[in-house]
Amino acid sequence: MIRVRSTISCPSVPNMRASLFITCYNDTLFPETGRSVVTLLERVGVELDFSPQQTCCGQMHANSGFRSEAFSQAKRFVHLYRDAETVVIPSSSCVAMMRDQYPGLFEELGNDSLRKEFAALLPRIYELSEFLVDRLGVDDVGAYFPHRVAYHASCHGVRLLHLGERPYQLLAKVRGLELVPIPNAERCCGFGGTFSVKNAEVSSAMLAAKLQDVISTRAEYCTALDNSCLMHLGGAMHRQYAGMRTIHLAQILASTEGAPAEETR
Amino acid sequence: MNPTAEARPVLDPLFAPPFPQAALPVLRNPQLRKNVAHAIDVIQAKRAKLVAEKTDWQELRTAASAIRMHVLENLGAYLEQFEARCTAAGGVVHWAADAAEARRIILDLLRQENASEVIKIKTMTSAEIQLNPALEEAGISPFETDLAEIILQLGEEEPSHIVVPALHVNRSQVREIFARRMGLKNLSDNPKDLTNAARTFLRQKFLTIPTAISGANFLIAETGSVGVVESEGNGRMCLTLPRAMITLAGIEKILPRFQDLEVMLQVLARSATGERMNPYTSLWTGVTPGDGPQRFHVVLLDNGRSSILAKPKQRQTLKCIRCAACMNACPVYRQTGGHAYGSVYPGPIGAILTPQLMHMKHAQSLPFASSLCGACYEVCPVKINIPEVLLELRAQVVDQERKQTGRISDPMYLGLRIANFFFASAGRFHFAQRMGRIGLGFFTGKDGWIHSLPSVGGKWTQTRDLRGLPQQSFHEWWAARGKETK
Repeated sequence: MIRVRSTISCPSVPNMRASLFITCYNDTLFPETGRSVVTLLERVGVELDFSPQQTCCGQMHANSGFRSEAFSQAKRFVHLYRDAETVVIPSSSCVAMMRDQYPGLFEELGNDSLRKEFAALLPRIYELSEFLVDRLGVDDVGAYFPHRVAYHASCHGVRLLHLGERPYQLLAKVRGLELVPIPNAERCCGFGGTFSVKNAEVSSAMLAAKLQDVISTRAEYCTALDNSCLMHLGGAMHRQYAGMRTIHLAQILASTEGAPAEETR
Repeated sequence: MNPTAEARPVLDPLFAPPFPQAALPVLRNPQLRKNVAHAIDVIQAKRAKLVAEKTDWQELRTAASAIRMHVLENLGAYLEQFEARCTAAGGVVHWAADAAEARRIILDLLRQENASEVIKIKTMTSAEIQLNPALEEAGISPFETDLAEIILQLGEEEPSHIVVPALHVNRSQVREIFARRMGLKNLSDNPKDLTNAARTFLRQKFLTIPTAISGANFLIAETGSVGVVESEGNGRMCLTLPRAMITLAGIEKILPRFQDLEVMLQVLARSATGERMNPYTSLWTGVTPGDGPQRFHVVLLDNGRSSILAKPKQRQTLKCIRCAACMNACPVYRQTGGHAYGSVYPGPIGAILTPQLMHMKHAQSLPFASSLCGACYEVCPVKINIPEVLLELRAQVVDQERKQTGRISDPMYLGLRIANFFFASAGRFHFAQRMGRIGLGFFTGKDGWIHSLPSVGGKWTQTRDLRGLPQQSFHEWWAARGKETK
């Protein structure tokens, strides 16, 4: 268990501009995560812009075998963001889609100009914790969240983005927060996109096993950098009156004494 | 409980039920799930410890991967080299295009030997071609000599793992099988007593049956040698006592040089059983007068492999050295064990290998039997990017299925097509969000949560709630905030 008390106020990063890609399901299902990203990044001095033209990165289609559909969404993303200085995305699996699958999709279905545009854009795409720690060089964002919290390291964050210590670094600097480790932390929660309905029973068995480990921490909140895993875990917690809630890491980092995290249902 | 009390699982992809359906009896079987989880926890802990002590583990993986890829890119030449060297050393090489031809070759060889019984070293390839039933039908009794395979054969069970095939059977179940089939009423479930019972049973077979069948871990092109690694020494008994030996091996088992074993044996033992070195490594080259089998045959099996080799994105599947680290690491396999995969090759490697061996005409549910968590790729000692191949195969399955008329109304296909239409423009997407809010509103309870949905949605809500759609999407909030956007 790590209990951190810190009084360092958050630094401000001048003249940093970033474009927010909120992702389709955060826009639709978890707007509070998006609002927190805005609060958080503006607080550390980032000037954010948001294109209302954005829709989806194409991951759901790509992972379900609908490659040409995934390609058209991926192409759309590149066209929308090719001029962005920096793109920040509060979802590690969507960033993993771009790093891991876009090159193959564009190789197979794209043309040279699209491949070049994407190659130029790719190094400017950041998952939220990468953006904070690597791009801004910040781990103390001045957050206050007086709760016992378990961090779920999502598969794509761990194994495709290699986020490593970044989320833990950020959590360690949140005042009042007590971080508790989840046993078998790197084991999948069983979501897997359409896997959760195509193989609903196996997915549920994986979820049951994960939930046992998460609940065993006796934390109040389970946090992650992916609302997809959290939707899965949170859906089961709600069904089972488990007495634990899920919350995106952005919401914890946005939370301060003056403006605590929004209470969502 | 008698492990055979449940219906015997079908491990033939031609007849096995789809994965989600085949998984159900296992998910409801607490003993099976406990046995599987316990066994893989033990293996995984041993593997993790031995991988951690190896400071050059990633370099070893890179080397092993490079060796295997080089073989696949030059397979034809190496196979010919192997055939020439093995023949020169006194072996006879046979080529089998498919399972039926391999069975026929082996049966003919056994008839030449006048064999009515044959002892077998553990070989998954023989299970792939369903050799034992074919032998029995031809009046030849096969006797497995690997401890786990004996348990399965006597218990009339099916393998659920490629390295530890009886992993789903626990000690007391083994006792029951041995007591029943060996006529040992007072047998205890003490591992020493169980091993002694197997030893007595086996010794008689070793001393009386002069014909043996093996698989191969490696075929060495440079020398024409065959290599088998094992833990018990029963394989070595089969390699030394009989007069005739028939080795069945997939064509991809080639290694170019003898010295490549240096890398491969290190990664295989650590990945497979969590050992620095496996207890018995047997290598033999052709026939040695006066020592070991005097008649030696190698049956090189294609059975779909060359068609996998022909596809550059899928070729990496054949790098596999059958260590099973992927299934030990897999969170899906952890819940379902091996039988749900409907093939002798379960787990992540089975999910990509089986449908390809079937020329993508059967087992199409397998590429979807993964949450794409990537744990398999992380542990694979020859760096097979299993998630990448899974995605490739999913795309092929969808390309096949989407043309079928029945799929037009399939909610999953319909949903993904509609979603693609909506994602093509922000206007459509925002319209869909508003419609979703209204539509899901009917299913949303007073607490703001959805507890039950129809159709595909019901697959989610059977075990999970879903938060109702919020009244304001993020982009609506952003617009209301009056920020300028670019």
